Amino acid sequence: MHTFEILFGNWVVRKRWWIIVASLVLGLAAASGGRLLSFVNDSRVFFSEENPQLQALEALENTYVKNENVFFILAPKDGDVFTRKTLTAVEELTEAAWQIPYSSRVNSLSNFQHTRSENDDLIVEDLVLDAQSLSDSELEEIKYIALNEPLLVNRQVSDRGHVTGINVNILKPGESQGEVREVADFVRVLADDFRVKYPGLDIYLSGGIIIDHAFGEASLRDLTTLVPAMYLVLIVIMGLTLRSVAGTFVTFLVIAFSMFTGLGLAGWLGIALTPASANAPTIILTLAVADSIHVLITIFYQMRAGRSKHEAIAESLRINLQPVFLTSITTTIGFLSMNFSDAPPFRDLGNVVAMGVIAAFFYSIFFLPALMAVLPIREKKQAEQREFRMIGQFADYVIRRRAGLFWVMLLVFIPLASGISQIELNDNFVKYFDESYDFRRATDFAEDNLTGFDVIEYSLESGEPGGINNPNYLLKVDEFANWYKAQPNVVHVISITEVMKRLNKNMHGDDPAFYRIPESRELAAQNMLLYEMSLPFGLDLNNQINVDKSATRMIVTLKKVTAADLRELDENARDWLSLNAPESMFSYGSGLSIMFAHISKRNIESMLGASIFALILISAILIVALRSFKLGFVSLLPNLSPAILAFGIWGLAVGEVGLAVSVMIAMTLGIVVDDTVHFISKYQRARREEQMSSPDAVRYAFETVGSALFITTLILAAGFTILSFSGFKVNSDMGQMTVITIVMALLMDFFFLPIVLMKVDKSVDKRSVTQ
Amino acid sequence: MKRFLSVCIICLFLSLPAGVLRADTPEEQGLSIALEAERRDDGFGDSTADMKMILKNRHGQESVRLIRIKTLEVKDDGDKSLSVFDTPRDVKGTAFLTFSHKQGDDDQWLYLPALKRVKRINSRNKSGSFMGSEFAYEDISSQESEKYTYKWIKNEPLNGVDCFIIERYPVDLKNSGYTRLLTWIDKDEYRVRKVEYYDRKKSLLKTLTLDGYQQYLGKYWRAHEMHMVNHQNGKSTVLLWTNQQFRQGLSELDFTQNSLKRVR
Repeated sequence: MHTFEILFGNWVVRKRWWIIVASLVLGLAAASGGRLLSFVNDSRVFFSEENPQLQALEALENTYVKNENVFFILAPKDGDVFTRKTLTAVEELTEAAWQIPYSSRVNSLSNFQHTRSENDDLIVEDLVLDAQSLSDSELEEIKYIALNEPLLVNRQVSDRGHVTGINVNILKPGESQGEVREVADFVRVLADDFRVKYPGLDIYLSGGIIIDHAFGEASLRDLTTLVPAMYLVLIVIMGLTLRSVAGTFVTFLVIAFSMFTGLGLAGWLGIALTPASANAPTIILTLAVADSIHVLITIFYQMRAGRSKHEAIAESLRINLQPVFLTSITTTIGFLSMNFSDAPPFRDLGNVVAMGVIAAFFYSIFFLPALMAVLPIREKKQAEQREFRMIGQFADYVIRRRAGLFWVMLLVFIPLASGISQIELNDNFVKYFDESYDFRRATDFAEDNLTGFDVIEYSLESGEPGGINNPNYLLKVDEFANWYKAQPNVVHVISITEVMKRLNKNMHGDDPAFYRIPESRELAAQNMLLYEMSLPFGLDLNNQINVDKSATRMIVTLKKVTAADLRELDENARDWLSLNAPESMFSYGSGLSIMFAHISKRNIESMLGASIFALILISAILIVALRSFKLGFVSLLPNLSPAILAFGIWGLAVGEVGLAVSVMIAMTLGIVVDDTVHFISKYQRARREEQMSSPDAVRYAFETVGSALFITTLILAAGFTILSFSGFKVNSDMGQMTVITIVMALLMDFFFLPIVLMKVDKSVDKRSVTQ
Repeated sequence: MKRFLSVCIICLFLSLPAGVLRADTPEEQGLSIALEAERRDDGFGDSTADMKMILKNRHGQESVRLIRIKTLEVKDDGDKSLSVFDTPRDVKGTAFLTFSHKQGDDDQWLYLPALKRVKRINSRNKSGSFMGSEFAYEDISSQESEKYTYKWIKNEPLNGVDCFIIERYPVDLKNSGYTRLLTWIDKDEYRVRKVEYYDRKKSLLKTLTLDGYQQYLGKYWRAHEMHMVNHQNGKSTVLLWTNQQFRQGLSELDFTQNSLKRVR
């Protein structure tokens, strides 16, 4: 092994030109796949096809129709929707909305199909017709009708009548990613036109399509803002720590090549970028830099110690080949285990980073030393280096105070770790985006003033064709809808029973006493038939009633709910149904909000096994590489505890966390292990090769890798801090938690691992002394 | 030499397509095709038929409705028709009366046996779904030539049958769900073979194909299968016609509001 490493180092120096050319060619070939990359703009991308909740939602959508929408929010500055001016704008925008690509249905205050009785006939017509010519009393009447219509209030109009919304249902063919953009671009222009034409109106844009569009935007934004910031930070840190222009330049090339190789290979493999996988570049940059730093620091150290440049390079490769290989392989395993996640974007993230890390390994051991070998580098020979004195003093302190430190660490560890119990899982796809996104502000405004954006949907089965006309069924559905309306945070419930009751009243000469479910199923069915025949294009009930009239759709809208609220509500609703409704009616709640409410838990479950598997595999690799079962076992402690501490600290300081938490262990494990590998391998070398006592070996390990560990931790922390500036919450949470984990890992490696090593080896030392 | 030249000119003219020779505009050609189709259906008097309507959604669920239809030809105005719903059983006995008009909105009434009342329907909303199907009322109502303007597009065979392709534009654009209907009419018998419906944003919404044409009284062709596919929501509806009969001796008296209550 050692001879191979010596031969390898010399070979790289000798073949430097060949290696540089080959690296450039291979790197460019891989990177050229980058042009095949595309951005996914779909909020459903976080769910695998096997996800049962996604399957349930798709079944519901195939039975009725998919509810993808654009939602215009109109807020007149004078605070009154019911003016000729504003209603004219509503009428015009309703008409214009039919021109939005893939629009299939437009619902607004103006085209609401108002029903009334006139001369014993049923009149079904637009609530607002030709707003410009309405008299004051007609305006009053429209206002009265609208604010007393359960289907309108808190959905199309606020209960105060100061904000109104126009909902456009979009039916994309689903053939290309461009469709969402096409719709989003169109509605933005449309909104701008109306802003110009109606300066008295504030117009906001929200809805599923706009959210989907933001998912694509988030990826692009992270790529174009975080990655350049990352480069800047890394260059500054490298410049400061390496104090070498050539070293910084070479490292810059290595990380750029690693990043482009990872991304390019992703392109070749047809991986599309999602808000999660779009951060692969940032993570690759961070991880790739560590390899370069280890190789470079040794080169400079050897040169300062008086060796020639080529000798220093060969020596650095001899020393670093094994640990760099080991850390790369463990990091790769950690990221590859993300393939067990239920959320495809994390699988992509894991795979892209893994490819980048492997590329970084090869660039660091071939390209970097070869390039260093041809660049002019001068290092003065120095007798003693200042940082080694500092780190030596630090090592002495740890060794001297080891008994006390051990207990201090335990005393700190236990209460911090117990913070895990404070962690609350919360995912909300709207809140994934911070306020820098237009649609997030629009959605917040709508939640404060008009309606909600979290939706639970049900398909309520009657159990027989035509059964939805059965009064017993209708009464039960009405009861269920009323139960929901009484729940906290519920702003609106769409149920077919609202229409049924209103029609029954209309059919009895608008007698309010008949605002109830019809007595016979024949009457219900015939009222409905009459009504359906009176509805215009795009406003039929086929989105609420299935073809054989055996089931209806109920849509519950909520606002300001947490994932826990949603889960609880869904569960209570199921309890209500199983207790009060016939068996056929029982149903799970469906919809994106519910799916996101379960996403963290589901992903944690799928990732837990994968993380344990990765941990076992990594520990096994360490045992083999270190050729010591004991050390491999001891390494578990500093490998596992940082994530536990990070969760605990997060629980105490923040509490709420989403999807990011599920992949944390898998992701940080590979990184955290690196520090342990470097420390333990140096400790072991001192014990085996130099026959040092355990405290001396600890001091040796500190002196050889202490500063490198400190610098790489600094770099990693900086990198993931930058990730935490992402406007996408999953990424910023991931960034922050990783920073905490990495810092914890360094603390564990500096204050706890040495002490444990000394404790474990104390008996061995005693034995060898007595011998 | 003179004779040879005139023969050449005659040959040249004969080889030209008929349309070019008549030098009509595409609009006039379209109209004349529509009028010819209408003329060929003149004089059928009255007819009765049973219609089976099969609704399908994207999830593969199906539902069937059975309807009996009587039609009376009216001179100088649109036809009158009366439909009686037999299933679903909740609407059994419900009857739907229509007086279609060449000009202005059609008149429509619905008899509801549960209420024992006849209710007038606001037929401005003709663009809506008919009984939850993918057919709008305007798709199955009497297709009077005055309800559209026309434009001939081209001639092209459809499944081996030579067809005129014309576009129809609804006159009442405000209340129609469509901007244009691309229509295939065969050259032999002027039967509609296929219709593509384009919605308000001019995207393809639905396609109707008509099959199983049979001739009655040696003159009148009726399709016995109509397939309507909605391309946007993935749902479809099939109409199957049976028991088609002509000249049953129906009169105006069979098509009054009072007659609605009597139908079984």
